[in-house]
Amino acid sequence: MSYFLRRLAFYVFTAWAALTINFFIPRLIPGDPVSALVNGMRGQIDPAQIQSLTVLFGLDKKQSMWEQYTSYLAQLARGDLGISFGNFPLPVSEVLTQALPWTLLLIGVTTVLSFLLGTLLGVFAGWWRGSWIDGLLPATTFLSSIPYFWLGLIAVALFTGVGSFLPASGGYEPGLVPGWSGEFIDSALRHSLLPAATIIVASVGGWLLAMRNMMVTVTAEDYITVAHAKGLSERRVMMNYAARNALLPSVSGFGMALGLVVGGTFLVEYVFSYPGIGLQMLDAIAKHDYPLIQGIFLVVTLAVLAANFLADLAYMALDPRTRKEG
Amino acid sequence: MKTDPVLEIKGLSVDYGLGNQAVRAVRDVSLTLNRGEVLGLAGESGSGKSTLAYGLTRLLPPPGVVSAGKVIYYPPGGEPVDVLSLTPAGLREFRWAETSIVFQGAMNSLNPVYKVSTQLIDVLEAHQPGMSRQARTARARELLKMVGISEDRLDAYPHQLSGGMRQRVMIGMALALEPKIVIMDEPTTALDVVMQRQILRQLVDLRKRFDFSVLFITHDLSLLVEFSDRIAIMYGGRIVEQAPASVLYRDSLHPYSDGLLHSFPALRGPRRDLVGIPGSPPDLRSMPSGCSFHPRCPKAFDPCSVDVPVLGTPADLQGPARKVACWLHPIRNSAD
Repeated sequence: MSYFLRRLAFYVFTAWAALTINFFIPRLIPGDPVSALVNGMRGQIDPAQIQSLTVLFGLDKKQSMWEQYTSYLAQLARGDLGISFGNFPLPVSEVLTQALPWTLLLIGVTTVLSFLLGTLLGVFAGWWRGSWIDGLLPATTFLSSIPYFWLGLIAVALFTGVGSFLPASGGYEPGLVPGWSGEFIDSALRHSLLPAATIIVASVGGWLLAMRNMMVTVTAEDYITVAHAKGLSERRVMMNYAARNALLPSVSGFGMALGLVVGGTFLVEYVFSYPGIGLQMLDAIAKHDYPLIQGIFLVVTLAVLAANFLADLAYMALDPRTRKEG
Repeated sequence: MKTDPVLEIKGLSVDYGLGNQAVRAVRDVSLTLNRGEVLGLAGESGSGKSTLAYGLTRLLPPPGVVSAGKVIYYPPGGEPVDVLSLTPAGLREFRWAETSIVFQGAMNSLNPVYKVSTQLIDVLEAHQPGMSRQARTARARELLKMVGISEDRLDAYPHQLSGGMRQRVMIGMALALEPKIVIMDEPTTALDVVMQRQILRQLVDLRKRFDFSVLFITHDLSLLVEFSDRIAIMYGGRIVEQAPASVLYRDSLHPYSDGLLHSFPALRGPRRDLVGIPGSPPDLRSMPSGCSFHPRCPKAFDPCSVDVPVLGTPADLQGPARKVACWLHPIRNSAD
């Protein structure tokens, strides 16, 4: 239990450090949002408007860094992430709640699927070394070494087009109103098929290779020979003795991958114009939308921390050696 | 001398690899394990003793293959079984129920992620599916008690046990189904001498109680002299000498056995010079011609480098059943 609390304290501290860095990073980016907006208007904006924009964005107060920092923390504590410059006057929290479900569902589900699929194939490939399933390895490794945007573009070029079942971009049919209607869900599913497939194709090889190699290492262990000598069924030896132990390193990898779900795959969203967090982030960076950038970083950071914490817990549950007594 | 065999190995050969690349690690070994005896198998590293044990239980890791021979198991009051031709299901049933093994690596023989109880119980689950859960737990408890470990360690994980305790757990596990044969592959090598002795004592007691036969594999001949009934010495994949333990200790015939015996000090009795054996074990890929020991043998003479000596009872000796493969002691009847 004390171990658990210590881990928790560590994560709280890390979260604080991340929040602080999150505060400073956007302020280190050259330029400011008003001039970005002015550039966007191509000079069709007069000084008075510029002045009012500056006031509106709260950039006129000439606060010291420390004052800005404390008010930032106070705002966060209230769950107020500020107002998005780029999507004015929407608050950042609302922009995030619109974008998050898309990313979470698409990338989250595909990450889990690809982990399960890759790991399971890895178990078989490592167990029946040299069999046809082991022969999949070069192909999957090749697929995962292709730069993702290229794979995505090829998929778009090959499988979409006029009259194709698979749409080339977007998260749903333009004109539909997001909601729990059958028509919308059908359209959203159809739009997610191609990105999901490309993600799985690109990432399954990594899991497969990692699991296969761990299986090969573990099957050389003495306790595997003992399990065979005990006359246990092959399935039991493969799953409960070999795979159970080989899985451990993949669990930490899976924790990391889950954490990166929120922010790590903006390439997917960019290629498929998928309305998730990644696309919002690219947009926010282009527009010097500090509050939104900060908001996204915050969500990504917390997601990584939470996923790592979960991976820690899972590891503790799976490997008795990491549990400390007391 | 009892001659009631429980396991008979006939002309067993084991190769690593196939075709021209194959390395023959065990060459035409014939060995009989009698009911209730402790048969010691000694030799240097690489002499093929562990390979022999893995071969006869069909646990050889690839690329190991049994290339010739038979392994016959005689169940009490039943038909003899050829272990090497059992079906996979038959083999699974045979394993542990008739022949269990205690392996060399006390540290790694237990699965690190499961409790001791789980690992004791899964053997019972696999072989006696009809047993109730309570009965299985009770049996696991009994097994631990048998090897002198307190019952509350049932819920311990392997990493919470010392090396000696782990090896005791393994011995307890080996006896879970009361097999007729227990193969011990260097069971005490990873332990300190005090623990070695305790565990072997216990083993001797357990053997008396449950009357199983032991094939005890070790490079430590001094242990065998003390704990086994008969000893077989292996060199270069062959059995070179086989004799009752006390006979071998007092009067070994093969120069290699002699070398092994003079490689450790005697605790009692007159002082002897420690000699050891010069040179190193033969390269299995290019075995010397004739007797594979001849390049290291202090007593080698003309025929040694030409012909392979056959294991048999020497003509110049009467008395206890013993066999040797050495040109110094030509066998009584080559047709034997």
